[in-house]
Amino acid sequence: MTPLLELKGLHVGIPSRRGNMDIVRDVSFSILPGEAFGLVGESGSGKSLTALSLIRLLKKPLSVTGGEILFKDDDLRALSDRAMRGLRGDRIAMIFQEPMTALNPLKTVGRQIAEMFVLHQGKSWAEASELAISALAEVQVPAPEERVRAYPFQMSGSMRQRVMIAIALACDPDLLIADEPTTALDVTVQDEVLKLIAELCRARGTAVLLISHDLGVIANMCQRVGVMYSGRLVEERDTYDVFADPQHPYTRGLLGALPRLGSRHGAAGRQRLVDIDSLITDRDSLLQEFCFEPRHAIRDPRVRAGGAA
Amino acid sequence: MRGFNFNLWMDGFLCLVVCSGALFAPLLTSLDPVFDANLMNAELPPSAEFWFGTDEQGRDIFTRALYGAQISLTVGIVSQVINSVIGLALGISAAYWSGWWDDLVNGLTNVMLAIPSLIFALAIMAILGPGLPSLLIALGLTNWSWTCRIARSSTLSLKGQGYVQVAQTLGYSDIRIMVTQLLPNMVGPILVISTLGIGAAVLAEAALSFLGLGIRPPFPSWGSMLTNARELIAIAPWATVFPGLAIFITVLGFNLLGDGLRDYLDPHMRTREQ
Repeated sequence: MTPLLELKGLHVGIPSRRGNMDIVRDVSFSILPGEAFGLVGESGSGKSLTALSLIRLLKKPLSVTGGEILFKDDDLRALSDRAMRGLRGDRIAMIFQEPMTALNPLKTVGRQIAEMFVLHQGKSWAEASELAISALAEVQVPAPEERVRAYPFQMSGSMRQRVMIAIALACDPDLLIADEPTTALDVTVQDEVLKLIAELCRARGTAVLLISHDLGVIANMCQRVGVMYSGRLVEERDTYDVFADPQHPYTRGLLGALPRLGSRHGAAGRQRLVDIDSLITDRDSLLQEFCFEPRHAIRDPRVRAGGAA
Repeated sequence: MRGFNFNLWMDGFLCLVVCSGALFAPLLTSLDPVFDANLMNAELPPSAEFWFGTDEQGRDIFTRALYGAQISLTVGIVSQVINSVIGLALGISAAYWSGWWDDLVNGLTNVMLAIPSLIFALAIMAILGPGLPSLLIALGLTNWSWTCRIARSSTLSLKGQGYVQVAQTLGYSDIRIMVTQLLPNMVGPILVISTLGIGAAVLAEAALSFLGLGIRPPFPSWGSMLTNARELIAIAPWATVFPGLAIFITVLGFNLLGDGLRDYLDPHMRTREQ
């Protein structure tokens, strides 16, 4: 099957005359149509930057400094601004972490959903309002006929996130980028919202790029997962393999830091969770090929003695 | 809940009195402001027949003040609309697009703020010549800097809001974001600065007409009425007092309305009252 989205050697950074200061380096992966791909990594590892570079919404002075982004048959880096705008929201949609601020406070949720049909499908406002009701029903908002007239402040966080999902999926996109879609929600509704995203996308054949630092979320939803560390994709395999047999020391660290039911009271008595030492702050070590080594080595003198991990 | 806001109603009432005076002028008086001159009635003090007295040509000052309100309010409102449109367009686009456009607009705004707007308006009037259209242009082009400043700073803070960024990811064009996401969310402060601007424009019109660069005699405008009355101040003080009072009430009304609206629209002020 030909991939829906293909990243080849993506570099994101700050261009300058004395060479680029790259923050995301040489990231390559592909997503098949209808597939759910997870991207994990700690804060600042470049997950969100990778996603934003896909839809060309990097904030200055950041920009894509190298590589190719292929979506269907298009090279997204070469597309005109106008064509790119037509793609956003229509073929590639995105949902964010913060449902509380993601909706315009002065417009009814129905109008905000309807605007997508007007903008991308050229529907009239009357038609679009009808479609907005069914879109709201699809994301399981109760009493959608009345709820379309509600303003965002009249809704709870999870309801607003459902509205965001309805907006994002309104035009049946090929790819949904979900940037930590449940982080800001109560634990009790996180699972519901995730299941909703998974179901809707499966039914429509929408591919998902799920960004998270919650390994549990990724394991639930994604067929394949990429682990990012310090701007690099350090591991990219089937989700099952990554969890069963992590290759990169950072992935091992991540999994080791995950509490498991009963594991702290095993046969060996109480066990501590593994933690990953201090952040890297110095730029030189970031630029090294094996940039996890300094942090890893502190915990594991064998690595320091035996060379890079 | 929003309680009864006495001040706001009071200010609204003042503005309403002036506006309805201007709108219904032909119904409120049977005289003509220009042609009903009768030298036999010249410089009469206020009486039952001539409520505000008469001027040196025997014209009813009440009638002239009512028709003057039409001109003053037209100038105030139309020039402020021009100012708001210019200020909003420049302010929002500058903050949203940033870069060299922002620098340019910022520089222009600072220049406009540095030049006293009345002097600038005088210069424009001197080039265009007196009359209502040139008054509208002169005052409409010289008072947009505050609106621009406020639109720009509102945009800068709104730009970081989630829904503006979300709109970008949903494929909204820049203009659409400015009109549908940014503009509606700054209506409060813009409305306030606009009502203040109307008061300022009424005052500026009076000043320009007083200097002979605005509305030409014999057509009534509060400023030109004051010019004529200046020579009579010792003989017929009512000819000065009533146009002056009209200016005072109108400017006061719009300024207080601006203040009242600000308190009413500012959620922080509203919660403090509760």
